[in-house]
Amino acid sequence: MFQKFSLLFFILFVSPYIFAQDCDFSISGQIIDIHDNTPLQGAVISIGGTNTVSYSNENGYYEFNDLCKGELTLKVTHPYCKTEAKTIRLKEDRKINFRLEHHLEELNEVLLKGKLYNTNLNSSISNQIKTEELERFSSTSLGEALESISGVSTLNTGSSIVKPIIQGLHSSRVLIINDNVRLHDQQWGEDHAPNVDINSAANVMVIKGASALKYGGDAIAGVIVVEPRKAPIKDTLMGKTILTGASNGRGGTLSSSLIKSNLSGFNYRIQGSLKRLGDLKAPDYQLTNTGQRENNLSLGLGLNKIDYGIDFSYKLTNSEIGILRAAHIGNARDLVNSINRQEPFYIEDFSYSIDNPKQEVTHQIFKLNTFKKLKNIGEASLQYSFQNNDRLEFDVRRGGRSNIAAMDMNLKTHTLLAQLEWTQIRDFNTEFGIELNAQTNFSDPSTGVKRLIPDYDMYSAGIFATSIFELNENWKIDAGIRYDFSKINADKFYALSRWRNLNYNQLYPQFEVEEFGNQILTNPIFDYHNISGTVGATHIFENDWKLISNLSSASRAPNPSELFSEGLHHSLATIELGDLRLGSEQSLKVGIELQGEIDNFGFSLQPYYNYIDDFIILEPEGIETTIRGSFPVYAYRQTDARLFGIDVSASYTYRNFDWLSNFAYVNGTDIDRDTALINMPPLNLSNTLTYRKAEWNNFYLSVNSKFVAEQHLFPDNNFTTDIVNTTTGNFEEVLVDISTPPEAYHLLNFRSGVQFDLNSNKLSIDIIINNVLNTSYRDYLNRLRFYADEVGTNAMLQLKFNY
Amino acid sequence: MKTIKLLSLSFIALLTFSACSNDDDAPELINQEEVITTLNVYLTPEGGTEILAFSYNDLDADGLNPEKTTTPLSANTTYTGRVEFLNKLEDPAEDITVEVREEGDEHQVFYLPSTSLDLTTTYLDNDVDGNPIGIEFMLETRNASSGILTFILIHDGNKFAAGASEGILSDSVGGETDIETTFDVSIE
Repeated sequence: MFQKFSLLFFILFVSPYIFAQDCDFSISGQIIDIHDNTPLQGAVISIGGTNTVSYSNENGYYEFNDLCKGELTLKVTHPYCKTEAKTIRLKEDRKINFRLEHHLEELNEVLLKGKLYNTNLNSSISNQIKTEELERFSSTSLGEALESISGVSTLNTGSSIVKPIIQGLHSSRVLIINDNVRLHDQQWGEDHAPNVDINSAANVMVIKGASALKYGGDAIAGVIVVEPRKAPIKDTLMGKTILTGASNGRGGTLSSSLIKSNLSGFNYRIQGSLKRLGDLKAPDYQLTNTGQRENNLSLGLGLNKIDYGIDFSYKLTNSEIGILRAAHIGNARDLVNSINRQEPFYIEDFSYSIDNPKQEVTHQIFKLNTFKKLKNIGEASLQYSFQNNDRLEFDVRRGGRSNIAAMDMNLKTHTLLAQLEWTQIRDFNTEFGIELNAQTNFSDPSTGVKRLIPDYDMYSAGIFATSIFELNENWKIDAGIRYDFSKINADKFYALSRWRNLNYNQLYPQFEVEEFGNQILTNPIFDYHNISGTVGATHIFENDWKLISNLSSASRAPNPSELFSEGLHHSLATIELGDLRLGSEQSLKVGIELQGEIDNFGFSLQPYYNYIDDFIILEPEGIETTIRGSFPVYAYRQTDARLFGIDVSASYTYRNFDWLSNFAYVNGTDIDRDTALINMPPLNLSNTLTYRKAEWNNFYLSVNSKFVAEQHLFPDNNFTTDIVNTTTGNFEEVLVDISTPPEAYHLLNFRSGVQFDLNSNKLSIDIIINNVLNTSYRDYLNRLRFYADEVGTNAMLQLKFNY
Repeated sequence: MKTIKLLSLSFIALLTFSACSNDDDAPELINQEEVITTLNVYLTPEGGTEILAFSYNDLDADGLNPEKTTTPLSANTTYTGRVEFLNKLEDPAEDITVEVREEGDEHQVFYLPSTSLDLTTTYLDNDVDGNPIGIEFMLETRNASSGILTFILIHDGNKFAAGASEGILSDSVGGETDIETTFDVSIE
């Protein structure tokens, strides 16, 4: 209300000065909700010292015409948003977008420093996905949704285990922050998908680089920030239900959420989703045992007063994912046969049943968060979170053991996060924070299979400070530094022969505890110190183009898998060996973004260069012959690596048509050996043409073309091994080609929908058809590409109901 | 001040958590249940006594230092043979042959002599479908020769594939390899 009064005050009592000079300039722009990127209708934009007022329309647009040259102050007010203002010197037509914070917390502060489009985050190079876009992926996964951002690809295991790759790097190098909690879900594994229910997200942001230090100092690749829908401070009940049916997999997803909030600040939230899919289908055959089931739930309870608040939330994700049966193989000969066979060995009729091999993963997050505004300081917040990750992996086993998991791991993580935002000095915003972590991993011995990751305890502490300084309306600089300490204490059994073979008995005699027959119990303890930092600047040109430049350095300690893993991976028939000698890797990344608009044409260019000292890579080291046959052995090595590339996006609007194009290229090199890095996303280009007609119930129709080139830059990890020719019984030297990437491919996707207003409710109906032409292809970044084609046409019908 | 109090309280809470964690407990030793450490092939010549003809032992089950023994065979002799799979990581050693026989319809042993080795094999056992399992077999040597003999145990392959019941391991048998071991053999 206060803003409205002040607005009234301006209009009624402040008489404008009018200069008799050039008075034909215009200012236009869009008002957007900072949290979910939705346009805000009904915002009041006024020009200080005048009675000129404009209201944003249903698409958030506003416009002023016939303005005079000179300095003026724009003020934006909107119910339940904090007011923003910006002073500019007008000498040409301007386009100014505002992003409002849909929070009541700061209602008492009427006139705040203007926060321009996307500048709430220092000089981070980032991209976002809107709620509307996320809903489209209701029946898929977070990884697939992220792929719609240029520069983000995915590392897949089959089609249901999808991990994001940011500018060429993934797994432990990508931090995932779900509702302000850093996800600890055994993220080191290439076949471990992030445990985030896409349906719980209202906004997803990808930060390319280590500039968001408050989330962690080890973001060699970047950070993915997932934010749920926030409760407003007003008496309301908001609900949403999405039902998606999919032809491929003959199943679908049901997702529903409800937020009840009160003007008193009290609110509760409930959200849940269910997914059921059977075997997927490639164009020419059924992909046997690729069904999946998911049950997800999140609950929240909070009290949000203007100057203090407390919030509790609980999230549960539970999934059961079948792994392509044909991808479970015995040895190098089986691998050669699979590669040569061109189609999977096990093809059965469609089924909903999920058999071995499969994964069953349950992740729970408990979070308690509180904040308080401190007079003359800023805002202090404290958050405690507990995460419990249970991972069961079932293998094809003998002797009736298939019902016993071959891997049964539990990871518990406690995190305490204290932050202080200091905003006392105008134009100078500083944040301090401390993070404490305690983590325990336990591998259940009742599996009867050697532990892949040993039992360990890990303690870590981080401390950071970041600052943003606004020099003037066109320049902003920022800097930050973070220090992390971690200590890992593991109890691991090594085969005595392995311990000696790796020369650990000479290097680490202090870790030896006791010998048990041919096994030795060891107690490796390691400390790691990591320092990370960021500096950057943001410049806004007179024509409103924006240039962001950022230099960040991340430092990552080796993860438990890199240190300790020891075992056979059935999907690639490889033996993977961790290495105790590994140290931290340190990156130095320069990122630049230039974004701007020329009439109806908009663009964003994001070139980057990332140099990584002591980069940890996994590569083949030799062949071991066991009783099962021969296997390539993969071991970790540290090298210096560099990655450079560019992410481009461009858009153009003409009448009812708009066109959006995304392009990404990355080039990664192992400098020590002068070879390409493995699993670098190939050059890709995506073009979408959309036709919109608002008069026809917001009808739209869009066609997307996605092209992925063949990756020509790859390391030659092929190996030769003696394999028995099963016809002659003689040994033959065979070259096992596990390196050559598949050919380029092109896919067509289609989407269309309408929206109906039913009283105060909204119903949307969408049809989504992926891979319209049923193209057969294989993807370089799919770990199961040796065994089967990717999925064929998938037609989905989606009903969305907002109430 | 309040914040500091709250902070210190949380520190204490965290310390309590870590103090409670049982990092002194040593993890339980896992004796791998399913692993096959040992392949023994016993042969009995007609009217003679059984000998341990071929043996492969990998007591760490990681392939680093396996022990392989092989005995020369006599020319123009018919042997009755049996294959034994053991897991010596367990004490006493577990006889995996029992499991393989019980799940006979999912398993098959193939014997692959190299072209220079003059011998033939014939299956002597059957699973519930009437297909051979290959734990019991007959081996007939002919002229003196030498070469290699490979034993392959296939799990979950297509036992009805053409030639499989005659011991031909073609690509259409598929499945996954549980054992693949080769011995140098001489027929004297």
